[in-house]
Amino acid sequence: MSTESTEIESLVNRRYEHGFVTDIETDSLPPGLDEGVIRAISARKKEPEFLLEWRLKAYRHWLTMREPNWAHVNYTPIDYQSISYFSAPKSDADRPKSLDEVDPKLLETYEKLGIPLHERARLAGVAVDAVFDSVSVATTFKDKLHEAGVIFCPFSEAVINHPELIKKYLGSVVPTRDNFFAALNSAVFSDGSFVYIPKGVRCPMELSTYFRINAANTGQFERTLIIADEGSHVSYLEGCTAPMRDENQLHAAVVELVALKDAEIKYSTVQNWYPGDENGVGGIYNFVTKRGDCRGENSKISWTQVETGSAITWKYPSCILRGDNSVGEFYSVAVANNMQQADTGTKMIHIGKNTSSTIVSKGISAGRAQNAYRGLVKIMPQATGARNHTQCDSLLIGKECGAHTFPYMEVRNPTAKVEHEATTSKISENQLFYCRQRGISEEDAVNMIVNGFCKEVFKELPMEFAVEAQALLNVSLEGAVG
Amino acid sequence: MLKIKNLHASIGDTKILNGLDLEVNPGEVHAIMGPNGSGKSTLAQVIAGHASYVVSDGSVEFMGKDLLELEPEERAREGVFLGFQYPVEIPGVNNAYLLKAAVNAKRKHQGLEEIDAFEFLKMAREKMATLDMDPSFLKRGVNEGFSGGEKKRNEILQMAMLEPRLAILDETDSGLDIDALKAVSKGINALRDPERAIVLVTHYQRLLDYVEPDFVHVLSAGKIVRSGDKSLALKLEEKGYEWVREAATA
Repeated sequence: MSTESTEIESLVNRRYEHGFVTDIETDSLPPGLDEGVIRAISARKKEPEFLLEWRLKAYRHWLTMREPNWAHVNYTPIDYQSISYFSAPKSDADRPKSLDEVDPKLLETYEKLGIPLHERARLAGVAVDAVFDSVSVATTFKDKLHEAGVIFCPFSEAVINHPELIKKYLGSVVPTRDNFFAALNSAVFSDGSFVYIPKGVRCPMELSTYFRINAANTGQFERTLIIADEGSHVSYLEGCTAPMRDENQLHAAVVELVALKDAEIKYSTVQNWYPGDENGVGGIYNFVTKRGDCRGENSKISWTQVETGSAITWKYPSCILRGDNSVGEFYSVAVANNMQQADTGTKMIHIGKNTSSTIVSKGISAGRAQNAYRGLVKIMPQATGARNHTQCDSLLIGKECGAHTFPYMEVRNPTAKVEHEATTSKISENQLFYCRQRGISEEDAVNMIVNGFCKEVFKELPMEFAVEAQALLNVSLEGAVG
Repeated sequence: MLKIKNLHASIGDTKILNGLDLEVNPGEVHAIMGPNGSGKSTLAQVIAGHASYVVSDGSVEFMGKDLLELEPEERAREGVFLGFQYPVEIPGVNNAYLLKAAVNAKRKHQGLEEIDAFEFLKMAREKMATLDMDPSFLKRGVNEGFSGGEKKRNEILQMAMLEPRLAILDETDSGLDIDALKAVSKGINALRDPERAIVLVTHYQRLLDYVEPDFVHVLSAGKIVRSGDKSLALKLEEKGYEWVREAATA
């Protein structure tokens, strides 16, 4: 494990790795959105005609749509004409020159998360001139994937090099008209990841966005597409436990997963966007559409997410269980502290026969935060023998926060078996006193209790990620008690 | 070691302790008996530092320190252990994890190095063997789904691991069958030590058949109304608490 983490460390120290270089060199576009802006984005990315058409179609439909307001969240209306839809990466001249120029609070958090010193500089956006000897590691990584036939590259690169795959699969899981934010993303998306695992291949390593260093500036309207061909297997890790700041308040990403016959995709996320200050000022709005399509028989898609950041989270990673015997899973920990608002959950759409899904959602609310679970389990008439088990637990810390559960069930086949369990609990004074009487500080006691509460989800995360997620949770809930 | 003088304490608007005095020296075993509502558990909670109880007068000194000035966790690290009457469940947190964190919090306070998982397990298994506890206990959630007897044994295990200077055991005997009572008593006796004091809070004489006290105190209406040796407990058993109340008012 230690060699692996050194590899990761040295890799993230690289600023631009060959092959992963962004081709964006121009300045930002002025704020505002019209067809001209979309044409400009497409042109700068040298996109083929079909993609421009696709973007424009999405945009035209978006104009007819209204922003959804059913989520249990509150925010001042977003002015879509005040946003700049294309921004070039910051030049070194604009970056902080050293860690001394970085917000000490941010550095303190890095310290607590145990992030190595040189990595802190990168995360804080410091212009690092030092060259690290990691070329060989990165090359080994690329060689290994290449050997296996796995394609893993920035989305914009895939558009140029694998247009046939893009044409076939883009928008096939989340159509451009799916929802307001997905339509907006389709029109203006900046970049993201593309993964293709060929038939029968088990991806030789976990694919992590860690390795895509230049993704740092593509956060606003990210587009990810993962295709697991027949009998293949891939585990994909998204995000980073370090707090991510961004000048762009609105984030509307789209993630599409396609699992063909006998294929399996495991998608793990740790999301820690800036949640704003104690009063919620300046935090990120995270409106994400994530959906997986179990298109073939016996396919499986598993979502695991640890959501601790953002001022507002609106996110429902879902599975369409189309293939017979396909399996969908959703494991989630969502933490909301201070003024954070989270409305998150999943949708499991059972279409194929003997499809099964599992939902385990753990919501933690502290401070004055509001945390909602919203989930849909839909069993279509043809889904004979479908099964679902939902377990939805909420933990409250303090007196001013709230937890809400909105489960929806639509069962249209009499053979289906659907179970729903929900609990709400509080960290009790007596639990804390018990731990403190054993010599454990109040803060450590809270962390211990919260981590116990989340255990079922953490065990689904890849080992290294799980350890980081645990540390992250502790930092996120700091000062939640007392 | 422990010097309590004129202690007054209340919970909410209810005054429970009314000028309690007690002195406990190293190596001694004290039993505190008394009817329901006499203030036995309150005394235990106040010594441990539960925030719901407000001390309005008096002092509690432990090893020369003002105990009332310390946070609950600081008292614990100084060597005060409370065996709870109703140990709480902490779902998902495994017993070994809590225990190791507790042991290390104390070691850190003492300036010792933290013990590693290997040493810890070795130590825990030894202690568990003397308590007739199955090693699988360590992997279970803290008190999660434990029977009454298992919870009490778990308290004794924690005490054995933490090796406190002062152990207050609040009705550790309640709800135990005879086998569990014997196992728990064995655990307590194993910890009798010239350097350590033990205070047993109990309703009944039966625990004292197995753990012989040096002193017995009878609590009534928030005060110690009578103190004696173990024969006092036998007399109480025979005559009932009414006898003490009469004696107190006489």
